[in-house]
Amino acid sequence: MPITINDTPHELPDDPRVSLLDFLRHHAGLTGTKKGCDHGQCGACTVLVNGMRINSCLSLAVMHDGDSVTTIEGLGTPDAPSALQKAFVEHDGYQCGYCTPGQICSATAMMQEIANGWPSDASDDLEGPIKPSADEIRERMSGNLCRCGAYANIVAAIAEVAAEDAQ
Amino acid sequence: MEQDKPNRECLLDKTPQATLGKPLSRSEGLAKVTGTAPYAAEYPIADCLEGVLVTAPFARGTIDSIDKDTCLAMEGVVAVIDDERLTSRPAQGTAGEAPVQKPRQIDYFGQPFALVVAETFEQARHAAKHLEFTFTADDLSQVSFDPEGTESERQEETRQGDLAHAMAEAKHAVDARITTAGHASAAMEPHAAIAEWDGSNLTVHASLQMLNYNISEIADSLGMEEDNIRLISRYVGGGFGSKLGISQECLAASLAAMTLEKPVRVVLSRQQVFQNIMRRSETTQRLRLAAGADGALNGFGHEGLVSNLPKESFAEPILQSSQFLYSGENRLLGLDVARVHRMTAGSVRAPGEAVGMPALEVAMDMLAEETGVDPVELRLRNIPDAHPVEGTPFSSHKLAECLKQAADSFGWEAGPRKPRQRREGEWWIGTGMASAARVHNISKAKARVTLKPDGTALVETDMTDIGTGTYTILGQLAGEMLGLPREKVLVELGDTRFPRGSGSGGSWGASSVGSAVYVACQGLRRELASRAGVNEDDVSLKDGRIANGPSLVDLLDGKDLSEEGFYEPGDIDDDFVAAGFGAYFAQVRVNRFTGETRVDRMTGAFGFGRVLNQKTARSQCQGGMVWSIGVALTEALHFDPQDGHLVNCDLAEYHVPVNRDVPELDVIMVEERDPAASPIQAKGIGELGMCGGAAAIANAIYNASGARVMDFPMTPDRVLAAMP
Ligand code: FES
Ligand code: FES
Repeated sequence: MPITINDTPHELPDDPRVSLLDFLRHHAGLTGTKKGCDHGQCGACTVLVNGMRINSCLSLAVMHDGDSVTTIEGLGTPDAPSALQKAFVEHDGYQCGYCTPGQICSATAMMQEIANGWPSDASDDLEGPIKPSADEIRERMSGNLCRCGAYANIVAAIAEVAAEDAQ
Repeated sequence: MEQDKPNRECLLDKTPQATLGKPLSRSEGLAKVTGTAPYAAEYPIADCLEGVLVTAPFARGTIDSIDKDTCLAMEGVVAVIDDERLTSRPAQGTAGEAPVQKPRQIDYFGQPFALVVAETFEQARHAAKHLEFTFTADDLSQVSFDPEGTESERQEETRQGDLAHAMAEAKHAVDARITTAGHASAAMEPHAAIAEWDGSNLTVHASLQMLNYNISEIADSLGMEEDNIRLISRYVGGGFGSKLGISQECLAASLAAMTLEKPVRVVLSRQQVFQNIMRRSETTQRLRLAAGADGALNGFGHEGLVSNLPKESFAEPILQSSQFLYSGENRLLGLDVARVHRMTAGSVRAPGEAVGMPALEVAMDMLAEETGVDPVELRLRNIPDAHPVEGTPFSSHKLAECLKQAADSFGWEAGPRKPRQRREGEWWIGTGMASAARVHNISKAKARVTLKPDGTALVETDMTDIGTGTYTILGQLAGEMLGLPREKVLVELGDTRFPRGSGSGGSWGASSVGSAVYVACQGLRRELASRAGVNEDDVSLKDGRIANGPSLVDLLDGKDLSEEGFYEPGDIDDDFVAAGFGAYFAQVRVNRFTGETRVDRMTGAFGFGRVLNQKTARSQCQGGMVWSIGVALTEALHFDPQDGHLVNCDLAEYHVPVNRDVPELDVIMVEERDPAASPIQAKGIGELGMCGGAAAIANAIYNASGARVMDFPMTPDRVLAAMP
């Protein structure tokens, strides 16, 4: 079975050394996913695999036979941006923009994790529903570095969308 | 235009469009959030080969031989490039000439000396890792790594009166030794270049801050004419000084492309970025403050030791703002440089003040305690009327206002202070404050503004936007001057085919290139006025028309109208001291058992001249405050004392602040016009947010826990050891 990226099937690479990140950027031509460290330390390469967020640099492409991958390009386009993409623009949740696709992919999956009731270090208790408080967002987004220091605005953008979703 | 005198009557306060200053979202925002903005390594270029640099596993010596044949026999390998023109160090900011090029002579651990080129990245990476070479490494006992144990030379000195005497006689004196660790810019986008060669012309897609200087650096390194070189940097994934000058991947990709006559991409690995790109020097500083009973300074001393490689002229300019920030008759300021074999030291965001100001502001906090004067009041009492040595007036000075507004917003309780007054469970809680200051820089710049027959405008310059908001503010500026809403102005940047801008660095981009756009638009307004038959001074442009007159479309009559603006700072520099000022207040909690510090909240007030866009300006201030947290608590380069290698050369071990380290940040932008700073009355803003902020946190740690830590960063071990 091939790998599906943003609903389009692709053949897996012959070279088993190709990371999922390099496969997306070099083979599939989807350069929206960024390489910041190639070692799972920055989150710039975050994509969704079957709906869950992963660091695509820490995964080999050939391990994703049959998987469905969503990248930033699959979340929205300049003509039809997602609610989070719009909120990042409105709240200036970025500066240079290099960490941004990773932040937005990460936030997309993170909101689902909160909805699923998965607790984090910032949660009051391990059971029961979790509110997307600023502290929950900060904790859960701490795997995505932003050297420009847009954190406060990133939290504001995510909080706004989370609040809209809750309505 | 050359600026020789203050521009007190700025057109921008009279134009009716009212777009400048508005908190508009970034014009390139949707491209960034949808992943469609192309960064240097991301241009789709057919049959692009991949290059990976090979680096030296020792700190000083020579590479004697390289076994190319074995490497060339490996799968996919196309070439091993070891051209003598490969650069071995990055160029310093605004160098405009070739950096050191002797690739086989190794001066620091991790220096690149060859490039392996292959068909795929995986092949190139594998072959580079297995390249065989022989080398002669110098005896480690002969190589200096530690600035403290090395002879140093005095780079600059200012003396006035007799500081030692003032210290001896002073009612209150502080003599403090404070150290700060080395820092890395750690921009999220690693340094990258794709070079293409057509036999006579070289095109490089690169991640650079100052194309106007970088093109000269590449030309000089290759022995080529600038006319045959084109540099493109439309999007830069963060710079913070690390992309001011060309770095090793630029020449490596260019030489490979020229040798192989095929496009070649070279991207530094994160480890290579840490090992090769500019570091901020570590510093050891001595602060001496002599004051009377009321805290008024009579003596002011600031000396420091920094380091760099042999032959580098850059020395972390920690004294810059100390020259004029506080009064004190008797002064001694001095800077020493030690030559050590660590990677090149150069500009990292806010070179100088980023570490000089925190040290000074910790010493000021100690003096406040010593004198019993409230820390805010102490600073207010010591603001000089003019430059304390040269007597030059300030162009505009907002320190007092920033201190007061920030104190107010933060809820600062004035009065004498005592540490360890508030505890919640395991946490000591306290507050601290510090002043901010950053010298104002400005440079010559060009920009072309063209009115199109359809009534839109196009701004072109090779200036870059490194996350600073250049695209947006230049659109707002031109829109304001020409009476167009921002969306009717297209801004094209980052291509040396356009007129030379100023480049992004030293916080000078907006005021320099903004002034060039202002000058170009003045020319266009003159022409429009004459076409409409109205007096130039009376012309009022709004929403694409002259007030009570013809539309731009009619005046243009189907043709482009273009003007190139040139701005150059004149000798106004000699007449005024121009600087951005500000103040920070922080509340922290310090764990009494572990020494861990968390920042609960932080307020910053800044005066940086005209605000060109309230949204992007606020973000710049916030970014600086986040860096202040890093300087205060986590960021430090660690070098192995034995062999000089950088131990923490990745983002897992070099700790930049993460989301949860950063609380809500309260930013106050103090209204200011600085007519001597630039024709548009704006100053820099990208660095001011981190010129002292670390001290507000350090002083809050002391107020909370009683731990007076004298070494930045204030990691838990240090805080714990200093706690009473
Ligand atoms: S590139 Fe994958 S985590 Fe940094
Ligand atoms: S926007 Fe530049 S690193 Fe986050």
